[in-house]
Amino acid sequence: MAAVQDGQLNLEVEKDIKTEITNDGSGNINANSSSPGSTSSGGKSKSPAGSGEDQQTLLAVLQFLKRNKLTESVDILRREAGLSADADDSPVSESAGAGSGGVPSVGADGGDANSLLSRVSIATPVAPPATAPPKVVAASGGEDQPDVNVVLSAYSQQGDPVLYPLYYNGLKKFIESVLDCHRAELSQVFYPLFVHMYLELVYNNHENEAKQFFEKFSGDQECYYEEDLRILSSMSKKEHMKGNETMLDFRTSKFVLRISRDSYQLLKRHLQERQNNQIWNIIQEHLYIDIFDGMPRSKSQIDAMSGSLAGEGKRDANKAKVFYGLLKEPEIEVPLDDEDEEAENEEGKPKKKKPKKDSMGSKSKKQDPNAPQQTRIPLPELKDSDKLDKIMNMKEATKKIRLGPDNLPSICFYSFLNAYQGLTAVDFTDDSSLIAGGFADSTVRVWSVTPKKLRRVKSAADLSNIDKESDDVLERIMDEKTASESKILYGHSGPVYGISFSPDRNYLLSSSEDGTVRLWSLQTFTCLVGYKGHNYPVWDTQFSPYGYYFISGGHDRVARLWATDHYQPLRMFAGHLADITCTLFHPNSNYVATGSADRTIRLWDVLTGNCVRILTGHKGPIHSLAFSPNGKFMASGATDGRVLLWDVGHGLMVGELKGHTDTIYALKFSRDGEILASGSMDNTVKLWDTLKAFDDVELDDFTAATGHIHLPENSQELLLGTYMTKSTPVIHLHFTRRNLLLAAGAYNP
Amino acid sequence: MAEERRPKQCTVVLPTESMKAMAESIGVGQLQEESCAALSEEVSYRIKEIAQDALKFMHHGKRCKLTTSDIDYALKLKNVEPLYGFQSQEFIPFRFASGGGRELHFYEEKEVDLSDIINTPLPRVPLDVSLKAHWLSIEGVQPAIPENPPPAPKEQQKTESTEPLKAVKPGQEEEGSTQKGQGATSAEAKGKKDGLMRMKPRSTHELSVEQQLYYKEITEACVGSCEAKRAEALQSIATDPGLYQMLPRFSTFISEGVRVNVVQNNLALLIYLMRMVKALMDNPTLYLEKYLHELIPAVVTCIVSKQLCLRPDVDNHWALRDFAARLMAQSCKTFSTTTNNIQSRITKTFTKVYNNCWLDDKTQWTTRYGCIAGLSELGPDVIKTLILPRLTVEGARIKAVSDGPVVSNIDKIGADHVQNLLLKHCASVIAKACPLPDNVEQYRADYGYLGPMLCSHVVKARAQAALQAQQVNRTTLTITQPRPTLTVSQSGIGGSGGSRTPSIIKVPSSLTLMSTRPGTPTQPSPPATKYIVMATSSGSSSTQQVLWTAVLLGGIQKIALFVNP
Repeated sequence: MAAVQDGQLNLEVEKDIKTEITNDGSGNINANSSSPGSTSSGGKSKSPAGSGEDQQTLLAVLQFLKRNKLTESVDILRREAGLSADADDSPVSESAGAGSGGVPSVGADGGDANSLLSRVSIATPVAPPATAPPKVVAASGGEDQPDVNVVLSAYSQQGDPVLYPLYYNGLKKFIESVLDCHRAELSQVFYPLFVHMYLELVYNNHENEAKQFFEKFSGDQECYYEEDLRILSSMSKKEHMKGNETMLDFRTSKFVLRISRDSYQLLKRHLQERQNNQIWNIIQEHLYIDIFDGMPRSKSQIDAMSGSLAGEGKRDANKAKVFYGLLKEPEIEVPLDDEDEEAENEEGKPKKKKPKKDSMGSKSKKQDPNAPQQTRIPLPELKDSDKLDKIMNMKEATKKIRLGPDNLPSICFYSFLNAYQGLTAVDFTDDSSLIAGGFADSTVRVWSVTPKKLRRVKSAADLSNIDKESDDVLERIMDEKTASESKILYGHSGPVYGISFSPDRNYLLSSSEDGTVRLWSLQTFTCLVGYKGHNYPVWDTQFSPYGYYFISGGHDRVARLWATDHYQPLRMFAGHLADITCTLFHPNSNYVATGSADRTIRLWDVLTGNCVRILTGHKGPIHSLAFSPNGKFMASGATDGRVLLWDVGHGLMVGELKGHTDTIYALKFSRDGEILASGSMDNTVKLWDTLKAFDDVELDDFTAATGHIHLPENSQELLLGTYMTKSTPVIHLHFTRRNLLLAAGAYNP
Repeated sequence: MAEERRPKQCTVVLPTESMKAMAESIGVGQLQEESCAALSEEVSYRIKEIAQDALKFMHHGKRCKLTTSDIDYALKLKNVEPLYGFQSQEFIPFRFASGGGRELHFYEEKEVDLSDIINTPLPRVPLDVSLKAHWLSIEGVQPAIPENPPPAPKEQQKTESTEPLKAVKPGQEEEGSTQKGQGATSAEAKGKKDGLMRMKPRSTHELSVEQQLYYKEITEACVGSCEAKRAEALQSIATDPGLYQMLPRFSTFISEGVRVNVVQNNLALLIYLMRMVKALMDNPTLYLEKYLHELIPAVVTCIVSKQLCLRPDVDNHWALRDFAARLMAQSCKTFSTTTNNIQSRITKTFTKVYNNCWLDDKTQWTTRYGCIAGLSELGPDVIKTLILPRLTVEGARIKAVSDGPVVSNIDKIGADHVQNLLLKHCASVIAKACPLPDNVEQYRADYGYLGPMLCSHVVKARAQAALQAQQVNRTTLTITQPRPTLTVSQSGIGGSGGSRTPSIIKVPSSLTLMSTRPGTPTQPSPPATKYIVMATSSGSSSTQQVLWTAVLLGGIQKIALFVNP
């Protein structure tokens, strides 16, 4: 692959070094295949750069290549160096083709799943190739002092500091005077421009001018940028810029704006007429303007999508196909339990049940056209116990209550008493038999909520005495003396922020401030593995719905995909610009969603490691995610108290649910996806009618193509119920297999 | 709002004085003004950075309160050694001191005697974490159980009763209930969630079977003979959050009960009913305003009724009157607003009755007692304006009964009680209002027959007040006692630098105890030197005491951490 694209590749490498675009949505393991993504942005920024500068960077690239012993590439680059001036403009169109072309080819790779299976399951990890680590470091900030200087030097070009406010004001006047339809679009430019102008002033030691500039114009910015502005305002000296993560984010990633062609032309003409090079330079260097043809967007459309740290996601970023369908369930003959059936028949609801069961059966037989191939990623084989559990699950499902606006679920609330503000994470098992809690005092506690008590397996010495042939050997290996309702797991050395049960209930994962993810056995109640990889607090971890894999994400901004039997990660997903605050597997286990403090949600392909969706629209760090059971939709909740609904297939925002007044820590769809439950710091559980929410959105081809959607203001109609707790923040929600809603939180008297 | 705040954010920096103080604490004496400014800016920036990171930990800890450990973790994130063992009992553990033109917040670290700690009994082990399940909602309806917040919050009940105009026309209500297809019981819940249509919930007149049973049980227990059961029932009324819907029944029960039992002179039952009123008033989830028209007449009856029991000479109906009077005063305090004017209306009622009996000698002592009790519970102002002027007349009347021929035992007892009541309530008011000294003759001239007795009561009251004041003093003394042990002085800027040796001197505690008024900072400051005075022991001027201390050392550094961005 590398040989084919050589000429282009070198240009890309060069750009990577020059601007340190470390992560353009796909910067991750597959270093080579990731670069097409970055070309699309790189190509455009290229044209204004002077040729002298080009020469320098070329030399730098050559050195870099030599150092890495990439002699072949060096030769090619040398050969092409003379032509580089001509090659400048051509990649713009080509690279776009390459960017979109790259992904389907990757998809084709997926067909070769058998070889992949061996790649994953054989101990040689596909993950971190040689190029990954340096990239990761660059993104994580902190230790990368040398890089900072490179990054910062871009600010060295400076104009007269006194003129900055004039420039800004001039643009402001211009934008205020343009036609209404363009004004909203062009106003998007204000914030990134403001930030970069301020940073330039600070970098060039114009402290007072910077302060004045900030005071004069910070009030104009949209309110949802307030948090970033606060960080900016504290930065008033060049020294502060070193190692400041927010600063780095602004530098390393281009702020993405979507502007219609007409509006863009208007802006361009204005700036060229005025000879306003200062602003033009900033726009060229630090902004990525995604131009689309068609009607300019309205203010509300823009507001719905903006708010993230680095602007909106590029349209290209959401073009890749996502197989959001569910995997076919393995066929398991359900042994007809006659007694059970009859007993229920007597209860008098036989009619309802029969058709439902049929529908279940037919669903599992047909292959969903949107589903990934069954073997796209290797999944663990079902064990006998898993099959038993599946059967149990199906049986329970037949007793499931159909929920709807007229049939709201009952909510059972589990309050943690005497937690002294220390409860940090909760999880339920899928069959709702166990609850685990993570605490600030580094402990993990597991409770059994059924009469069945928690028992440990006997010690090795005792086990050897057991008759292995006996029928009840599984009973015999348990140590009756250790039976208790709850167990405490000690091992972490910092607050436990994330916790997740494996689907087979044999394992428990916990992630902690101490930078480790631990795997606990629920048979022996001991720690089995400590996965070390994150050096900073790990905010969340989550098991795959099929077990074996799990995902973790934390302060280092990299999400890692692990398999329980590997001590090194299989995939590293780098791209977020701030802490990864929550992680979640897609129901088909082929994708992983991560929410971040940079106010974006990204969807990653487990197979290729590519970022396939960037969803923007939240105005605060995202703290909860949920997939609908059919895998088609996603819900996300953030500190801004809003729940946003997303169409995964189209990469579109399809709904906004307003009502909470504080951070939403828990989201869950009911088992049929008809109701969304949200739990928040404001001590309420709210139920939303998601069927109606998804129905209300009309998706025509145009909106699907452009992503410019009109959100209906219907939060009030969709809200089905609000349930106040008694000063107990809701931090976890779970629907049992029969659609009873369980909620959990710590009582704060 | 945001615009107002932002410029401020830009400029918040630590004062340069703090930098100086900190520098001094580590032995750097002369710090240039410029370096102070540079330092303070840098430190402010770092502090803001750390605070921002700490907030992250707070969010992930699912709390709304930033703790010291969050800051520790944030420091760890930055590879900075965290502060070990910083903890405080108070929310903001800083003290403020000023003097010599400088203002200072510092963290007070008390010196702890190890033997004290060893000898104190171990504190109780905190309870272990436990799990408790309850129904937050059953098929969309929130059950009214103690684990859930009250169905209709008190605020809502209040707005309903005070602003009934917000009620919505019936048509809309119909629409609302049919739309959701739910029973009438959830109409209330809907009123809450539909922020747009604030409708007055249709009060349900049909109680559920459980509620009917509960009502029956409670009312029977309240007026029944078993005291233990009654206590339980009253406890339930006072704490149960789900009584909102039964409130009309209870209030009718009480008012009817009083009406019947007053006629029958059934003292015990009246007492029980009044206790029910008290329990209802104590329930934090109920707002009684809507039912006061039934409750107040019942209570007032129990205060001023001529006869409340069968044998007025033996039974202690006085206690009931006192109790009811207190209830009355309590409800006045809680529910009196400018629109309903309960307090003034009640006062008028009492005064009217009282005037009647003043004019009319024939009025029963019982009623008179009730009026006085009711009035005097309303507060010292009422006593001063309405009762004190009548003391002379009242005194004469009491004298007539006690000195005169024995008419009836009942009258005599009545007069006795009225006298005690008057003395009790008036004495404290007079003690506060009148200047010293207490002259018996003066009192006799002012208040007639009751004067001398009143005088002795006032003297007693004054003595008691003085005693209490002393106790209060003593407690403050114990609180402030450790503080004056440390004073700060002389930071010798521009003075002879060599002579300044920081030292820690602990003042013997006996010395501080001698100083009668600790905590008032005096200022022995000659013009050239700067002092930061926390407190001085005024008596011991010969020893200029205690300078730089560990308190400031550790304290200021910690202050720095707590300046919010």
